[in-house]
Amino acid sequence: MMRRQRPLLAVLLWTFISFLTLFPIYWLFVISVKPAMDLFATPELILRTINWQNYIDVLNDSTLRRYMLNSLIISTCNAVLVTTLGFLACYALTRFDFGGKESIFFWTITNRMAPPAVFLLPLFLLLTTVYRVGDFTLLDTRTGMILVYCTFNLPFAIWTLKPTLDGIPKELDEAASIDGASQWKVLTEIVLPLCRPGIAVTLILTWVFAWNEYLLAATLTNFNARTLTTGLSEYITTTGSNWGIMAAISMFTMIPALIIFSLVQRHIVAGLTFGAVKG
Amino acid sequence: MRDNRIGWLLLAPTLAILFLFGVVPFIYIIWLSFHQWNPAAVNPDIVFNGADNFRRLVFDTGFLNSLGVTIAFVFFAVTSQLILGYLLAQAFMKDFPGKAFFRTIHTLPLIMAPIIVGSVWKLMTTPSIGIIPHLLDSWFGYDLNIGQSAVAAFTITVIMDIWHWTPLVTLTLIAALVSLPADPFEQAQIDGAGKRQIFWHITLPMILPAIMATVFIRLMDALRIVDEVLMLTGGGPGSATRYLGVHIFREVFPRTNYGYGSAVSLIVLYLTIVVCWLLYVTMLAPRKSGKG
Repeated sequence: MMRRQRPLLAVLLWTFISFLTLFPIYWLFVISVKPAMDLFATPELILRTINWQNYIDVLNDSTLRRYMLNSLIISTCNAVLVTTLGFLACYALTRFDFGGKESIFFWTITNRMAPPAVFLLPLFLLLTTVYRVGDFTLLDTRTGMILVYCTFNLPFAIWTLKPTLDGIPKELDEAASIDGASQWKVLTEIVLPLCRPGIAVTLILTWVFAWNEYLLAATLTNFNARTLTTGLSEYITTTGSNWGIMAAISMFTMIPALIIFSLVQRHIVAGLTFGAVKG
Repeated sequence: MRDNRIGWLLLAPTLAILFLFGVVPFIYIIWLSFHQWNPAAVNPDIVFNGADNFRRLVFDTGFLNSLGVTIAFVFFAVTSQLILGYLLAQAFMKDFPGKAFFRTIHTLPLIMAPIIVGSVWKLMTTPSIGIIPHLLDSWFGYDLNIGQSAVAAFTITVIMDIWHWTPLVTLTLIAALVSLPADPFEQAQIDGAGKRQIFWHITLPMILPAIMATVFIRLMDALRIVDEVLMLTGGGPGSATRYLGVHIFREVFPRTNYGYGSAVSLIVLYLTIVVCWLLYVTMLAPRKSGKG
């Protein structure tokens, strides 16, 4: 359905749309590099001076540094965990014949559909009262958050990895096992290398989802395992309106996801739209 | 000949984690919603109270208000995204330079953390630092104050959601439009069909499945909106933007009334399921049975 008419109009329209998309992000940057004194002067569209003080302040704040480290550890561990488990699960779902395979697949996916707000209360109560060993609870621990994030990331990993594993012909690993390769060898040396692109996309997207999560982190942590996103909201309520710092924290939260995105943009659009977009 | 025990072994960790953090919480709120449990009350024990929590829910104005504004928000946001997304996808079908670049820019909001989207829009719309109130004031003399005007706050949350999620609709519909075969359109043009006729009788029926899938995803996400709104308005002014998720986070969770909180959570989950089911049944099922 390509139409070769009035390309100028389309370019103009899309330039305008791109401007609307980029402007709020530009404004975030403007606020983050404005000196505190200039903030309450009349808002100006054009940036006159660039002042990195807010960024320096954020990096010098030991609490925020800890939040950053927590975010990094939690999202990295979670992404590796869900991708590994999702890969193994998809291997089982595509390579073995047991009853109810389709129902198991469908059930894992439904876990992602539930609104996280619904699970705040039960997860909080379970982590404080039920899932505990003596004095040790999972509340406010990185381990707890890594496990809790599995509820939305693990179904996603299975959802994105299943088509990849479906696409690898079974004959390939059957041939390998006839040649005497063990089940483990087939998995790691035949199937795994072929799945690399799918695995990379899954790792990246689950990492971004975990890094971006706020609601569960805000309710299930209170000091030790707080993440950068909770730090952002904390900053607003405790210090009133330190807009510059808030903008700088937002930039720090946004940049890793944007860098990763720009590197692999082509491959992850399909994942972002839950496979609704193919190609 | 494969040993299915290995298959189950590979699935076991996934099933265990989803059971502990997905199924158990679900059963737990069902059980709790039929009990009274408030550790801060005079009687801190867990007592069975039948359907009392649900009976209370029907008369809870806070909850009903939240339900109402959520429905309005979802309606306005998803409808606008669908129309805008379709128009943008159509505009993308033309051949013009820089397509890949424009698509990359358009995809950016999708990757942003919802809470960052909230903070971005807070910086855009807060009076005295935001550019939008400043421009509206100097151009039209209109005073935009999302901290005071309920309508303004509601509208800005809808606009924020449109900014954040229209790209998803555009991308899905671009994919749907690209995959359409050219023959029916050429044939229709030869037969002298007008633009409007082509849209209603050819384009729309052919991309309907893609539209439905998109609406499905968007509805589920719009119903669960929390982070952006918490950051932007905190649910205010008053309770103008206290959508269901915000209501649970702000009003239900902090009170230690766990039995009642579970009932609220359960109803929200139930409504989400019902909305999606209704959508599926009314839009997709007749088409399937029609095809035979």
